[in-house]
Amino acid sequence: MRGWRQPKKLAQFLAIMVLLGLAGLTRAEYGINFPEPATPGARDIYDIHMRTMTIAAVLLVIVIGFISYSVYAHRKSRGAIPDQNFHKGWFGRWSWVLVPALVLGVDLTISGAAERVLESLWLVPKDKDMMEVKVTGHQWWWEYEYLDQGVRLESRYTPEDKAGDQYLRDVDQRLVLPTLTKIRFLHTSADVNHSFWVPELGFKKDAIAGYITETWAVIDKEGVYRGQCAHLCGTWHARMPIVVEAISPEKFNAWVAEQKTKVAAAQAESASGKVWSKEELMEKGRNAYNKNCAACHQLDGRGLAPAFPPLIAGAPYSAPANLSKPLEERGFLKDGKIVLGPVAKHIDIIVNGIPDTSMQAWKQLTNLEIAAIVTYERNAFNNNTGEVVQMADVEKVRGAKATAAAR
Amino acid sequence: MSDATMAHGHEGAHRGAPHGWRRWLFSTNHKDIGTLYLVVALVMLLLGGAMSLLIRAELFMPGIQLLQPDVYYNLVTNHALIMVFGAVMPAAAGMANWMIPMMIGAQDMALPRMNNTSFWFLVAAAVMLVISMVVPFLPGGGTMVNTGWTLYPPLSVQVGMSMDFLIFTVHLLGISSILASINIIVTLVNCRAPGMTLMKMPIFCWSWLVTAFLLILIMPPFAGGVTMLLFDRHFGTSFFNAAGGGDPQLFQHFFWFFGHPEVYVLLLPSMGILGQIIPTFARKPLFGYHSTWGAMVAIGAIGMLVWAHHQYTTGLSLGAVTYFMIGTILISIPVGLLVFNYIATMWRGAMTFETPMLFAIGILVMFSFGGLTGIMVAVVPGDIQYHDSYFVVAHFHYALISGSLLGLYAGTFYWLPKWTGHMYDEKLGKIFFWLVVIGHNLTFFPQHFLGLAGMPRRVVDYNVIFTEFNMISSIGAFIFGAAHLVFLYVIVKTVRGGAKASDQVWEGAGGLEWTLPSPPPFHTFTTPPAPASVNAIWDASR
Repeated sequence: MRGWRQPKKLAQFLAIMVLLGLAGLTRAEYGINFPEPATPGARDIYDIHMRTMTIAAVLLVIVIGFISYSVYAHRKSRGAIPDQNFHKGWFGRWSWVLVPALVLGVDLTISGAAERVLESLWLVPKDKDMMEVKVTGHQWWWEYEYLDQGVRLESRYTPEDKAGDQYLRDVDQRLVLPTLTKIRFLHTSADVNHSFWVPELGFKKDAIAGYITETWAVIDKEGVYRGQCAHLCGTWHARMPIVVEAISPEKFNAWVAEQKTKVAAAQAESASGKVWSKEELMEKGRNAYNKNCAACHQLDGRGLAPAFPPLIAGAPYSAPANLSKPLEERGFLKDGKIVLGPVAKHIDIIVNGIPDTSMQAWKQLTNLEIAAIVTYERNAFNNNTGEVVQMADVEKVRGAKATAAAR
Repeated sequence: MSDATMAHGHEGAHRGAPHGWRRWLFSTNHKDIGTLYLVVALVMLLLGGAMSLLIRAELFMPGIQLLQPDVYYNLVTNHALIMVFGAVMPAAAGMANWMIPMMIGAQDMALPRMNNTSFWFLVAAAVMLVISMVVPFLPGGGTMVNTGWTLYPPLSVQVGMSMDFLIFTVHLLGISSILASINIIVTLVNCRAPGMTLMKMPIFCWSWLVTAFLLILIMPPFAGGVTMLLFDRHFGTSFFNAAGGGDPQLFQHFFWFFGHPEVYVLLLPSMGILGQIIPTFARKPLFGYHSTWGAMVAIGAIGMLVWAHHQYTTGLSLGAVTYFMIGTILISIPVGLLVFNYIATMWRGAMTFETPMLFAIGILVMFSFGGLTGIMVAVVPGDIQYHDSYFVVAHFHYALISGSLLGLYAGTFYWLPKWTGHMYDEKLGKIFFWLVVIGHNLTFFPQHFLGLAGMPRRVVDYNVIFTEFNMISSIGAFIFGAAHLVFLYVIVKTVRGGAKASDQVWEGAGGLEWTLPSPPPFHTFTTPPAPASVNAIWDASR
């Protein structure tokens, strides 16, 4: 019975064993340690992590060992007599030097090893030919700009019905990167602080509005690596996954060419001056809406109050004044209900956004996309206005803004 | 007041306690104010604990079941603030109020009216804090505080009026803490019994002297930081807005210049309590009084200089992170010495394992664990992975629950017989201890794995791969929560009655406080103890 009364040690030990056992039962893809690193830097970090953890574990075992022995041996119920002079011997006199010296030794071992890899992790190489990717955090999506290739991506979480088991770890557009290439990441934010974290790449870096932070990596293993925004950034912080797809440089070049063709085709289509039928616009509008708008306003247009208003006429919407007032001013909210305001204002909200709210400016969308989205929003969700918005209408709004700015 | 004291002056030779609400509202008595602090701390502890259970209930399974994200983040933010400022700090202050004058043979705190003021400022702050939590639920109350207790801009600039309540909460707390700290410093420096030199004070008093200096040094910069935040929010300044020439990271420096030493503010009083408990139950003197003292002073000093290890991922320069890494790791030297001294105090003693001692031993094990993961997160290359993940959540709960909260539980059981005059129910005390150990480890141990596998902290929803450990963690949290019903029951039961406690209470206890009756009369040491008895106690503890 007495052995069982050794406080702590047993409980701790049992807890660890039980948890490790449970950990073994969980899915294979998900371990109890870092996922396998995909860059040399992440491997260095992994080694440092294992080394520090091993030292910590050894120290813990030593501490628990001494405590357990003392609890066992130096108990009154065993007839122990307290040694009133224990602290007066040489050990008592010199332990204040010995213990710190020992701990200092351990500290130097740990920090020395860390110091050796820190420099290569921290100092981003200044090579001219490094590939540069600018990563901008937004509430609540990521923007990736391939500065050398001229490609720009927007990456949003995939809703649960589409993502399945990868929900909150899956996005509509992956950050596609070439392997065996030195990549410099430039991190910044458009609004609040975010943090870019993919465990396999081995680093986390905060995205701070108005500042640019740098990191770098050479991915040497093809694969798909998943991470999430790590810095609390407001309501939907949990919905900012990051998915990196590392492919060979050849495939990457092909991918870049494909992206460029897509963009060029879209621009050509948009610039063509063609007048589109309602059906065509609705079809394009649904695609563009689901891709760009549904993450916030939802596939069914119901929105997520208060940050994301519904788009359905007649839907009730109440929010603090800073969110509701801009909608009222633009004619989209009356008596606590959503109404369909004027078309020009509708286009204006999409092109210019609503300052100081989550509604960003969608300048980067083509006129065709915006025309299609507005047409879709005014006819889908039982809004059924029958209105059709053409590219020329969008151009008018854009033009007005540009003229105003020029003046 | 004087009428009341005259009319009720029947408790021994001293003036008695005034009756009714006046006794508490106008109290200048260190024991009564200590009780008030402890009661507030207990209420806030249960409130903050209930909030953590809501959080864990939401995280029991993937998906959003109970709490909308902003409500969830409101709870996350206020759980931290309530636990730190409402539960742990007031509990430690309550113990300081109760014990310091009795330990040093003083009649009362040096500044009794200021003592009253600092307590009621705390109550005002607690009310303000709760208002900030509930105001968004009222019509026109603005958005929820969804920033976490770190209150980082620009996010905190987006929040509605609850952030303003929070900012004023910080101001009130700052006033309260600074007044209380001044009082403790003045008491310890000026009111010690003749013969008790500074280096003969009980170690709990020393832990509070260091803590009080830390508080005076760190609260003003924090108050300044949140004031700038207030100005950024309402008066068009741009301290933390890059577009206006400011820097969002500046706030992080203000916050952590306060926030990191704050960890030691929470830790040191509990370490001081252990320094009283372990010698008592090992029945031999504290091993290394001077080095324990030195370790506490060093923790306070180095602790002031390493704040930016919370900001490794913000783009600090190589030189800065190297400095902060090495500085942080060096804290393991005094902390290690502290743990070593306590184990050496146990060594070759004759231990019995009443509840306070069980807690002390549990703390040495679990706090060592939290301290060692602390070394891991201090190492920059590792930390850029651990940072803002559940690994960090697990680390600081190990450090703060075992390092400070459990120390306060230990102190509660250790001194409850002295305060109330009744012995607590030892069996229930031990049940409470074991429930706490099991619940705590079950809650936070699995979170290390979650963090390493890539689960960020402060998420309301998570991917299915994180389900198992979150479930274990939530079950543990409910065990931990349920344990506190036992705790509450034990306290109420002891206050209401129980076996009569002797003056010394514990066989191995030595010190001026144990020469007083249990419970001590309303006023104690109106005549200072004789230097001879002070010296005798000191000699016995050497």
